[in-house]
Amino acid sequence: MAEGKPLATVLLVAAIAAAAAVLVTASWEFSHERIAENQRARLLASLSSVLDERLLERDLDPVLITAEDEALLGSDEPIDVFVPVDGTEPLAAIFASIAPGGYNAPIYLLIGIDVGSGEVTGVRVVSHRETPGLGDLIDIEKSGWLLQFDGASVNDPAAVDWALTRDDGVFDSITGATVTPRAVVQAVHNTLLYFDAHRDELIARARREAESRGSASPE
Amino acid sequence: MSSSPTAIAPVPWTEGLWRNNAALVQLLGLCPLLAVTTTFVNGLMLGLATAAVLLMTNIAISSMRAALVPVVRIPLFVLIIASLVTSIDLLTSALFFELHQTLGLFIPLIITNCAILAQAETVASRRPVAYSAAAAVATGLGFAAVLVTLGAAREALGAGTLFSGLEMLLGPGAERFAIELGFDGMLIAILPPGAFFGLAALLAIRNWLTARESI
Repeated sequence: MAEGKPLATVLLVAAIAAAAAVLVTASWEFSHERIAENQRARLLASLSSVLDERLLERDLDPVLITAEDEALLGSDEPIDVFVPVDGTEPLAAIFASIAPGGYNAPIYLLIGIDVGSGEVTGVRVVSHRETPGLGDLIDIEKSGWLLQFDGASVNDPAAVDWALTRDDGVFDSITGATVTPRAVVQAVHNTLLYFDAHRDELIARARREAESRGSASPE
Repeated sequence: MSSSPTAIAPVPWTEGLWRNNAALVQLLGLCPLLAVTTTFVNGLMLGLATAAVLLMTNIAISSMRAALVPVVRIPLFVLIIASLVTSIDLLTSALFFELHQTLGLFIPLIITNCAILAQAETVASRRPVAYSAAAAVATGLGFAAVLVTLGAAREALGAGTLFSGLEMLLGPGAERFAIELGFDGMLIAILPPGAFFGLAALLAIRNWLTARESI
């Protein structure tokens, strides 16, 4: 061993640090595109879970637009809005909203809204870091808690009732978790508020997007 | 650990599984242990992930042990463990995305597990690769056994179910293994205090068994 040889020790540490850096960099280089692809595939698969069943019989190829509103959509970056279209006619809007008030980290949501009625057709959690066994009941694989948003819209229930039962609202609380469900309820309502305020603009943009896609090389 | 190392050390199965159990005797890795054991399945998943990481870090460190200078060994262990766990996290996410969706939450927790550093220090940096690998498997399984026991006890007492969520590990269809015990459960068992009570009970049982052995 190289005890008492400072230079050798320094070189050893540097060599192992360099090897560690190479290992992590190589793993990242190898992984990051696949991870992004995996996440995108999962996202597309999960889009169908927040749509009305009637839409699922068609071959949906949603157009992608973005929306930006830090207060209502949870991010200072533009978020994705997927709009399934019939020809060029928007049928629904699926917001990849963020609930910034998660217990451990922001909660990434998909919120499907019927363009005609403005009703929620489904809410799913894309990713979260909530406490296993408590806050993670917002995950559809753990409980049906998210299903209670189906059919809700910006004014039904009324704005004051858009809260958990423990906060005198209408949405079921989750025993042992307060922060998590509160954040989700807030995020769904905020997204509906955004949609309500920007409905026409979103529809027009999605239509333009679908038209330009139609005129581009059809694949 | 007081027994003098013989020329050919026997494979350390009982060491890791019982006599020097990482969780119950060394009291290491309690942060992930207490945080995650709300159900049987959570305990099992963290246990398996920890055992796998332990095996890899022990093999890596043991095969490099001739080069590891004693004065800087701890930073080097930390460096090796952290970079390995980070790489495992990235690679499982790229290649086994579904598995990562369920285990992903647990992998960063493993870095906080001092049982891994303790293995590096006491075993992997001093012993041949095969011995270190066996010790890692024994320690990992011993740790996993405690996680699973604590998880099952807390789930049964706290939620009134057992084996719920097994489909996350075994795929669809495994829901049928879930057992309803017929009562609502006491929430405190699932909350953090329940983790401490549960661990205290396991420690008491283990100490009682050991005390009887030594009479």
